[in-house]
Amino acid sequence: MTTNIAKPKPAIPDLPVAVLLAGLSIGFFAVVALVTGETAQLSGEGIAGLLQRMVALGLVALGQTFVILVGSIDLSVAALISAVAVLASHVMQGDPAMMLPAVLLCLGFCAVVGFVNGALVAYGGINPLIVTLGTGLIIQGVLAASFGVLQGAVAREFQVIAYGSVLGVPYSLLLLATLSLAAGFVLDRTLFGARIYAVGGNPDGARLAGIRTERVILSAHMVASLFAGAAGLYLAARLQSGTPWIGRDGIYDLESIAVTVIGGTILAGGKGGVAGTLAGVLLFATLDAGFNMLGIDAFLKQVLRGAIVIAAVAVHAVRTKGHVA
Amino acid sequence: MMTVPQTSASLRRPARIAINAGLVIFIALYAAIGFLQPNYLEPGLFMNFLRRAAPLVILACGQLYVILTGGFDLSMGAVATLVVLAASILINGDPDTTWAVIGALYVMGVSIGLVNGFVVAFLKVPSIITTLGTMLLVNGLALAWSGGAARGDLPDNFRNLGRLVWRDVSVIGTLPLAAVVLAGFVALAWFGLNGTVYGKRALAVGDNPRAAELAGTPVAATRILAFVVSAVSAVTAGILLGGFSGVSVNAGEGLELQAIAACVIGGAQLLGGRGSVWSAVFGALSLFALFTLLNLLGLPQALRDSIQGVILIAAVGASMWRTRRRN
Amino acid sequence: MTMRTLLATTVALTFAGQALAQDFNDPAEFKKQREQLSMTPQGPEGQPWAQHLGDGMVDTAKYKKDGQVTLCFSNAGVFNPWRVVGLNNLNAEAELHKDRLQQLIVVDAEGKDDKQISDIEALVSGGKCDALIVSPNTTAALTPAVEAACAKLPVIVFDRGVNTSCPVTYIHPVGGYGFGITSGEFIASKLKKGDNVLALRIMPGVDVLETRYSAAKNIFDEAGINVVGSEFTGSDRAKTKSVVEDYINRGEKIDAVWMDAGDTATAALEAFEDAGLPYPVISGEDQQDFLRKWQSEKLTAIGPSYPTYQWRTAVIAALDVLDGKQVPGPEWVLPQPAITEDVLAKYIDERMPPLHYSLCGCQELPGYPERWGGK
Repeated sequence: MTTNIAKPKPAIPDLPVAVLLAGLSIGFFAVVALVTGETAQLSGEGIAGLLQRMVALGLVALGQTFVILVGSIDLSVAALISAVAVLASHVMQGDPAMMLPAVLLCLGFCAVVGFVNGALVAYGGINPLIVTLGTGLIIQGVLAASFGVLQGAVAREFQVIAYGSVLGVPYSLLLLATLSLAAGFVLDRTLFGARIYAVGGNPDGARLAGIRTERVILSAHMVASLFAGAAGLYLAARLQSGTPWIGRDGIYDLESIAVTVIGGTILAGGKGGVAGTLAGVLLFATLDAGFNMLGIDAFLKQVLRGAIVIAAVAVHAVRTKGHVA
Repeated sequence: MMTVPQTSASLRRPARIAINAGLVIFIALYAAIGFLQPNYLEPGLFMNFLRRAAPLVILACGQLYVILTGGFDLSMGAVATLVVLAASILINGDPDTTWAVIGALYVMGVSIGLVNGFVVAFLKVPSIITTLGTMLLVNGLALAWSGGAARGDLPDNFRNLGRLVWRDVSVIGTLPLAAVVLAGFVALAWFGLNGTVYGKRALAVGDNPRAAELAGTPVAATRILAFVVSAVSAVTAGILLGGFSGVSVNAGEGLELQAIAACVIGGAQLLGGRGSVWSAVFGALSLFALFTLLNLLGLPQALRDSIQGVILIAAVGASMWRTRRRN
Repeated sequence: MTMRTLLATTVALTFAGQALAQDFNDPAEFKKQREQLSMTPQGPEGQPWAQHLGDGMVDTAKYKKDGQVTLCFSNAGVFNPWRVVGLNNLNAEAELHKDRLQQLIVVDAEGKDDKQISDIEALVSGGKCDALIVSPNTTAALTPAVEAACAKLPVIVFDRGVNTSCPVTYIHPVGGYGFGITSGEFIASKLKKGDNVLALRIMPGVDVLETRYSAAKNIFDEAGINVVGSEFTGSDRAKTKSVVEDYINRGEKIDAVWMDAGDTATAALEAFEDAGLPYPVISGEDQQDFLRKWQSEKLTAIGPSYPTYQWRTAVIAALDVLDGKQVPGPEWVLPQPAITEDVLAKYIDERMPPLHYSLCGCQELPGYPERWGGK
């Protein structure tokens, strides 16, 4: 019984979706840059700028991939990002000595939120949409109510995360790359990863196979919250100080779900992976950059983005056998 | 009073239980309002409460159809916004065109519902993503069309649908037209689920689409129709919203999540299989009573969000707990 | 002592709204803006967008560039009608300078700080821009990006500012305190001591809005006027109307309504209509629907403004800088007029949409009124 869950192969191969999507995105970006004469965007600096557009959403989406793979979902990430950014700048107050305590406190807070989300979903049996919508509202409310006393700015040294680079490669990209590799490794090569696929693909089967499904769901939620925390810390470094609306204004909740699903991860859980999610994030980044170069009207952009989200998912979803809701 | 069968597997439960979840919360919250502000117990203010709650209740009824079949409709807030902006641009202050435009708005709504339904049923895109896409698309269209700000004008005969209040009505004192629209819509929504074969089909599809299909239920048609009903409810709510307070570009913002929350508070089960029109109606009334109560308490605005979050989780947690205990 | 500090902190956390107000309550700035309101502007008569208050000028000879130029504009977004009107002003102003202006590149950050930083970086690295105009989404967040841009090309900032003095000039009207002073003093002059005023606000935490409220609140407190409530409406008409109805239903006597932005003013007035009550004294803004209602219902009202004509000034300043002309700086303070009853009629234009901002200074610009949605 335990053998068939040890190494689950995704039914839809993860890589082709990711490669196709990434290829299309890069092609779109290159063509737009050439057509509009913005060839400077194809230089090293331009490409680094494009990839930097991926970092915040990419970090959130990596975490979202974990919860979606396990058959859950997390809408509280947007509020959590705001909370972390505000908390980090409040604790640091520009003092480099407070960097480590602030980071630890923020990640600790994220772990608690992830634990609460996970516990309510896994042990309370409450629908994850409602749980995370609720916790998101709670965090957002407390944050907005106490923002007046939670002001401050991160330390200059901390902003290196967002603005520093080595050999022309921004640290933030290295951070995203490292965490992506780590997430990919965990999902593909570890027992925990195998369990995530097993629980998402067939919870009853996983339980019969002796997996404590509740624990796996809870852990996935903690992973998602920690990744949201990483995104919040990155944004705090980039924006110097957090405001209680950066998560909501960035629509990181719905966008992280959208890119994950565009990347081929199935909402029901059990199929998908990190590569696809990153390709989805790259698509969104190239759309942002490309629409800028084309000078597309802000409202029209929204229309196009809506249509592209549907089309991008439809391309691989249409082959699904059976029903989706 | 009849309710639809709860799930294909379980026994038909008495109507009492389906009503209880939302109704109990609503009565408790409204009692608290009455305790703080006794004049809210007068018929006049209760009618005014209904007038303001009407759009949310109607949206919740529409959302319930989609929830019963196992999906979500995130696009309804955007549709309501589109309706308000489109009505004001198309009517542009000319009362003679009001009814024709309202007809056109329903056609527009039905088409959006059809698109949602087709994408979900045939392209197999999960409804949460499909309707997220149409939400962006419809919102963008509405803003592009209006240029990003309110345009045109709504004549009185349109505004009346959400604004008119008949005074000196016997027994109840005052009667808002919106409350009449609300009653009519709820009756239709109830009939759709209880007076026709559709209700059983929707529950069957939401509970287990594969089994429903094998039993001969037209799964795709059932899904598509749910999205059409949902969009029609969004158009109706949009008309009432525009009537109540006039044109604005954020008329429908956030209403989709409130409608989902309302259904769930009222006892409907996400991903299908359980729920009745009463869960939507009383869930929405409860949510609106909660907003009013928090307004009356005069808490800092931001904390009201937090309390809403707590209530949401608590309501659903309590209903989960009841269900488990019963089984 | 410790107990008291603890208690104070708890109270501060609980009533964070008040703590917030204190952060935006700067007596020196209040005084400065009060003086600026009554100052006579310098510059061409009848063209407030080209005028300025105060004497400071900055030299821009080093930025002089001959021939056709490209201007780049990083916009925070067009998420409200004020910004929609403003963007139209900016585009129309650019059209006036076709001979000098080769291209105006506008990128929209959709209200996201992170995106606006990337947008500015891309504009600067793209190498096409001769000057950069920025309307920041958030003051602190955009500071590093603007600093980096300053090193490469002349930068002009308007509306919300940045925490650095590197831009050539920062264009803004008198400011939030001025807005609150104009509206607060008008209401205070129409009410008696002990009367009630309801404050309706868009949202908390935005500096240009918080200062409006803190200024008005100071004036109300001084005049002994009772602020019965301060509510956030999110610019939502339905919410505004519901909030006012709730106050009316509670039996509160509302003598005046103060608003930090006028886009939902008519919705607030409708709540009084529906309840069969007389209209309160009200402060709105320069939107057409409010002005029309004011005229037709003969309201006791005032329309302070945060003029959208500053979007024109941004283009004018950028081109002046590239011409090497002196421009007002390091802050270019624009006059901030208010609409009062005696000048009301001249600001009403029946052709314009309800949320058109009358102080757009756009009546003479190409494409008026169609570009702004008029007919």
